[in-house]
Amino acid sequence: MTRAERQNLKNGLLFCGLWFVGLAVFTVYPVLASLYYSFCDYSVLQSPIWVGAENYQRMATDRLFWLSLKNTFLFAGLALPLGMIVSLGLALLLNTGVRGMPLFRTIFYLPSIVPVVAGAMLWMWILNGQFGLLNWVLAPLLQPFGLKPPAWLADPVWAKPALVLMSLWGVGNSMVIYLAGLQNVPQELYESAELDGANWWRKLWHVTIPIISPVIYFNLVMGIIGTLQVFATVFVMFGPDGNPARSTLFYTLYLFSTAFYDLRMGYASAMAWVLFLLIVALTLLATKLTAKKVHYAS
Amino acid sequence: MHLRLLASILLLALTLGCQPRGDGKVHITYWEKWGAREGAAMQAAVDQFNRLQDKIVVEYLPVSQVDRKLIVATAGGDPPDVAGLWANNLYSFIDRDALLPLDDFIRAEGYTHETWLGRYSPVYADITTYRDKIWCVVSAPSTTALHWNKRLFREAGLDPDRPPRTLAELDEFAEKLTQRDPRTGRLTQIGFLPQEPGWFHRLFPEWFGGKLFDGTNITFAGVPENLECYRWVASYTEKFGLDQVRSFASGFGAFASPQNPFMSGKVAMVFQGVWMNNFIRQYSPGLEYGVAPWPAVRPGLENFTFADADLLVIPRGAKHPKEAWEFIKFIAGMNPAAQSYDELRGVELLCYLQQKNSPLKQWSPFFEQQHPHPHINLFRKLAESPNAVHPLKIGIWQEYSRELGNVFDVCALLAQRPEDAIAACQQRMAESWAWHQRSINRRQAKRP
Repeated sequence: MTRAERQNLKNGLLFCGLWFVGLAVFTVYPVLASLYYSFCDYSVLQSPIWVGAENYQRMATDRLFWLSLKNTFLFAGLALPLGMIVSLGLALLLNTGVRGMPLFRTIFYLPSIVPVVAGAMLWMWILNGQFGLLNWVLAPLLQPFGLKPPAWLADPVWAKPALVLMSLWGVGNSMVIYLAGLQNVPQELYESAELDGANWWRKLWHVTIPIISPVIYFNLVMGIIGTLQVFATVFVMFGPDGNPARSTLFYTLYLFSTAFYDLRMGYASAMAWVLFLLIVALTLLATKLTAKKVHYAS
Repeated sequence: MHLRLLASILLLALTLGCQPRGDGKVHITYWEKWGAREGAAMQAAVDQFNRLQDKIVVEYLPVSQVDRKLIVATAGGDPPDVAGLWANNLYSFIDRDALLPLDDFIRAEGYTHETWLGRYSPVYADITTYRDKIWCVVSAPSTTALHWNKRLFREAGLDPDRPPRTLAELDEFAEKLTQRDPRTGRLTQIGFLPQEPGWFHRLFPEWFGGKLFDGTNITFAGVPENLECYRWVASYTEKFGLDQVRSFASGFGAFASPQNPFMSGKVAMVFQGVWMNNFIRQYSPGLEYGVAPWPAVRPGLENFTFADADLLVIPRGAKHPKEAWEFIKFIAGMNPAAQSYDELRGVELLCYLQQKNSPLKQWSPFFEQQHPHPHINLFRKLAESPNAVHPLKIGIWQEYSRELGNVFDVCALLAQRPEDAIAACQQRMAESWAWHQRSINRRQAKRP
């Protein structure tokens, strides 16, 4: 290593140094500390006492732990595939090259940058059982069949589907990623498919989807991580109890109450690690299942 | 060169930050949950304290989610000198060794445990004690009462000056005050709804004479009054129809708005606290309303009320506990001879400006006669009632309270039979209580 190289290395490390300190203090240390606390009786206000696997054992018999897990998976199971289909559908439409495309892209992306609390308040009014915009539209449509629209947020059966519906309004981010992927599909492949007589559906299925499969995979993984950690919107709309009748008590909501209301930070840390392991397992599973379908040809 | 400059700036900042204030007084920090009107009232009391002596300066800082921030600050070893908590979370903080007991300070003032507590209405005195010690002083207390809309009573053919006195009357009046759209059959007005405003139903079982905790064990299941309470809750939904109630209640506006269901005339009777008058004056001035004790569920349970209190505590690790005590002692005091606003002191000034009752038994002539709340005497009477209850003195109250909220919810939504919901809650809370006890014992065993 020459003197200049050594000086460059020193400068480089100096520039990165602050970031490394930040990473160590604000990320690595808290993560490792939470792993230790997950084996402790820890209330934040007192020093932790080692209790072995007690916190993990308690989860097995904790009814709310299982209920919150079930609620979270039900939500993720609906919101994730629907979100992927809708965002891909929108991206396909926004990639057709019709006039005013930049305007449409902006409009569909706009909800993604609406602050969470503002979005939640807005949807609370849209989904209001009595005066909501949605029921104002649905009521006359359902009336001929003798049906009434649900009370959405006030009904334990409909609260989760309402949240799924609401989550679709924030597909802008993944839509933009799909759009970037779609614009990278080589035109000659479409031309070649057209020469072979392929229709729109066949071009989509045999050209577009395989080429953008890495993007789909990326959105799938991000979706798994995102939907399993849903918190802010639900907290604003339903409070920490996951009302009505705990139908929206999601995993992170229960974790939050356990940590900051019940002051059981040890148990909450254990729950956080279980969620982390679940997300890792699901991501690995998704990677394995899609391994043969994801092409990095482009 | 740049590094030197940066180091100089840092050094200067540190030096300035560590310098004692030039006024020779001890500055203490006070974190409180209030903003707006209630915050301004406390600021006035703080200003009065700062003006009337020359040794201590209290720096008042409104802090949202003060309980959670206090947890983090205390854990970090840098809590404020005084903090405002609620009766809801006081006992869990005490169980986690997060607060200083006030007994030594109180004794040093020449009071005994009994003489200090004897100054307070019994329900508030009880809130401040736990495990044979005194942990806080009451800053702003409250009691709750039945508020009824006199115009709606008149329109329903009821005597507007005669509120329901028993549970049977409450149910009867509620039916008379309920109206439906003759065309669609939808509810347009309801006499009473147990879930509105949804703040006090966690203690409904005690209104029925039931018991949630006997000082040693969770006693939720197996108490007939508790079951009777939740059957009554469910009876309202059964009577008016689940879909009807749900749809009608979704149209209720926010509490602090003109669309508040009581203020907008959608609900004729609600349980509300002493603060309600402030909101009525702001959002529905001219609303003709009356205030009465909670209807008695059965003879012997008259003058029931749910009492609560905002509390001042000294966190463990506070830098200036003595000065903090001087301040909270001032807030706990009053001038018994006050004949004018300017002569009001401490808790009376605060409660006068917040338009609440004083937690103390003795009221000054001005506070008693010139109080801005038209119904203040009823709230005072209720605070003295032997049937006044307050949040449970148990270190897991936050969790228990959420569980009780869920029992209420599933019963009101007819999602579960009351007996099943009670049994599930009992099992969970008994486990949680045992877990909590285990944690306390573990810590005691570690102490030298």
